[in-house]
Amino acid sequence: MPASATGVHHRSYASELTLRHTRAERFRLLLILAAVVMVPFIVTPYWLTIANQIGIAVIGAVGLNILVGYTGQISLGQGGFLAVGAYTSALLHIRADLPVPVCIALAVITTAAIGALFGVPALRLKGLYLAIATLASQEIILFAVRTWDWLTGGVDAISLPRLEVGGFIFRQDFDWYWVIMAFAVLAVITGRNLFRTGLGRSFMAVRDQDIAASAMGVDVTRTKVLAFAISSAYAGLAGALMAHYTGIVTWERFTLDVSVLYLAIIIVGGLGSIAGSVYGAIFMITLPALITRFGQDFQSIWPQAAEKVPAVQVIVFGLVIVLFLIFEPRGLNRIWQRMKDYIRFWPYRY
Amino acid sequence: MITRAYRHSLNGSHLAPGQPLMEVSDVSLRFGGITALAGVGFTVTQGHIHAVIGPNGAGKSSLLNCISGLYRPQEGQVTLYTKNGPAELVGMRPHRIARLGVARSFQNIELFRHLTVLENLMLGRHVHMRHRLLASLAWFGPARREEIAHRVLVEEVIDLLQIQSVRHQPVGSLAYGFQKRVELGRALCMQPALLLLDEPMAGMNTEEKEDMARFVLDVHELAGVTVVLIEHDMNVVMDISDRVSVLDFGELIADGTPAEVSANPDVVRAYLGEELSA
Ligand SMILES: Nc1ncnc2c1ncn2[C@@H]1O[C@H](COP(=O)(O)OP(=O)(O)OP(=O)(O)O)[C@@H](O)[C@H]1O
Ligand SMILES: [Mg+2]
Repeated sequence: MPASATGVHHRSYASELTLRHTRAERFRLLLILAAVVMVPFIVTPYWLTIANQIGIAVIGAVGLNILVGYTGQISLGQGGFLAVGAYTSALLHIRADLPVPVCIALAVITTAAIGALFGVPALRLKGLYLAIATLASQEIILFAVRTWDWLTGGVDAISLPRLEVGGFIFRQDFDWYWVIMAFAVLAVITGRNLFRTGLGRSFMAVRDQDIAASAMGVDVTRTKVLAFAISSAYAGLAGALMAHYTGIVTWERFTLDVSVLYLAIIIVGGLGSIAGSVYGAIFMITLPALITRFGQDFQSIWPQAAEKVPAVQVIVFGLVIVLFLIFEPRGLNRIWQRMKDYIRFWPYRY
Repeated sequence: MITRAYRHSLNGSHLAPGQPLMEVSDVSLRFGGITALAGVGFTVTQGHIHAVIGPNGAGKSSLLNCISGLYRPQEGQVTLYTKNGPAELVGMRPHRIARLGVARSFQNIELFRHLTVLENLMLGRHVHMRHRLLASLAWFGPARREEIAHRVLVEEVIDLLQIQSVRHQPVGSLAYGFQKRVELGRALCMQPALLLLDEPMAGMNTEEKEDMARFVLDVHELAGVTVVLIEHDMNVVMDISDRVSVLDFGELIADGTPAEVSANPDVVRAYLGEELSA
């Protein structure tokens, strides 16, 4: 619960329902947007690639948070659903020759449908058992894309031509940046909106108390399946963007590690928080990139540094998750809220 | 009279007072070897406060759970008279029963603890809202209009129950008495045809009990909502109820007006003994 700014008095429910009440809050939003626009003009190509990866991770993380953080259905299947999105869009594009925007839209719908299907076990399972069931869905999907040659054409990696829309060819990270950020912003806005409405509230009701939710008229079955579908739709979008952006689709990008990474993103960022999904994505994608960078920089003084990078990345990854779980299970979002409160009430303690 | 100032009626039933609203007949519920309910039957009349009493473990909560669909009795029927005619509740899933206008509170508070008071109450409006996915994702337009429209009724309930000051607090952080009130409010927001309250005053001090009894009476007298009330405090029951059903070891041992019931020798023996003879 954020501390509400003092001195703000609403005269209508409509004004109370706005997300940003004070000038400072609106100004901050403007700053963030300005930063997003300026990034590709100032950062090096290496960091621009990272920025694009972050954008895609934001979309997937918002999706996963809807399911795990807001609906309380743990999932280890996000990697699998990213794969469904990537393969659907890629295959539709090269086999059916559909335009990429159409492929992406169909990938979103397909992934939502498959997500709903794999959500059916969730109706009867909770906690650890559900985690295992979603782990199974992850493995089933990966098994399918690895071994169904009729589907993938029997190649290990599908290559895609460069994205071309209306004669404009998306060649570089710079071009893609705008596409990815537009979708990331859309993901954040729609995610945020969902939980301002009754539909999103019913998800949280199922998370907090499913029996009471059903007594209030919430169809728990339908809600869980819908949460899986919506969550997977975001994963499908992220996967499809990844496919066309990188130009290569291979199962190796969608292994269990990826599912775990996404879970880590939302835990570090903050479960049940859309903003937290963004913070988590930035943090968990930037961290390994920084380590890689350091490894390269240290190579001149310590030649083996670059070799150690993967090991260090794994250790730091584990450490970060453990530290967050111990010290701030509510994640970066909570830390940021506390900082805001501190600044707002400065120099007073309360 | 306060409701006069309110724009919404909290009563969701269209029956005339005095007509049968719900008939429970021959309901039996067993858990393995335990018989929680044995052939229980009674009628709840529109406009009544109908108390269900009985010693601990008598099967009162189980009865409520059978009505709201959380338990499924092995035998018997529960018929609710709605504006579209009679509906059989046994075998119906809980959210369907809620849609027919049966609202309830729980003995051990079952609120959505991470949500604010307002959000909990808005969930009481769930069955009256449309929840279209695309509209929700877009927010501006129908979804926002709907939120505002339903907020008006919710604010009336907040006003009725005097919980204005905690409106934006997460319910998990509230005092017990407030939580009980929010639970009543959440059920009221459904504009119920039938309100089931499982020990709304349990664990309260005398003052809080009086407040709660007042709220239940307000809801009943001013809004005309029919209430089924489980309560242990005999003073409260005899004071406010129109009709009393008494359960003992899963059996209905008496059913009548408070005066009839308190004169019934079985009841005196099973339950009221000390309090009445004192
Ligand atoms: N889910 C369940 N599983 C097994 N037994 C149950 C279950 N629910 C209730 N019972 C049993 O059914 C009997 C009636 O319980 P119930 O909770 O309905 O009593 P009650 O009248 O509400 O009691 P109290 O006044 O203590 O709330 C008890 O013997 C109880 O142990
Ligand atoms: Mg009970």
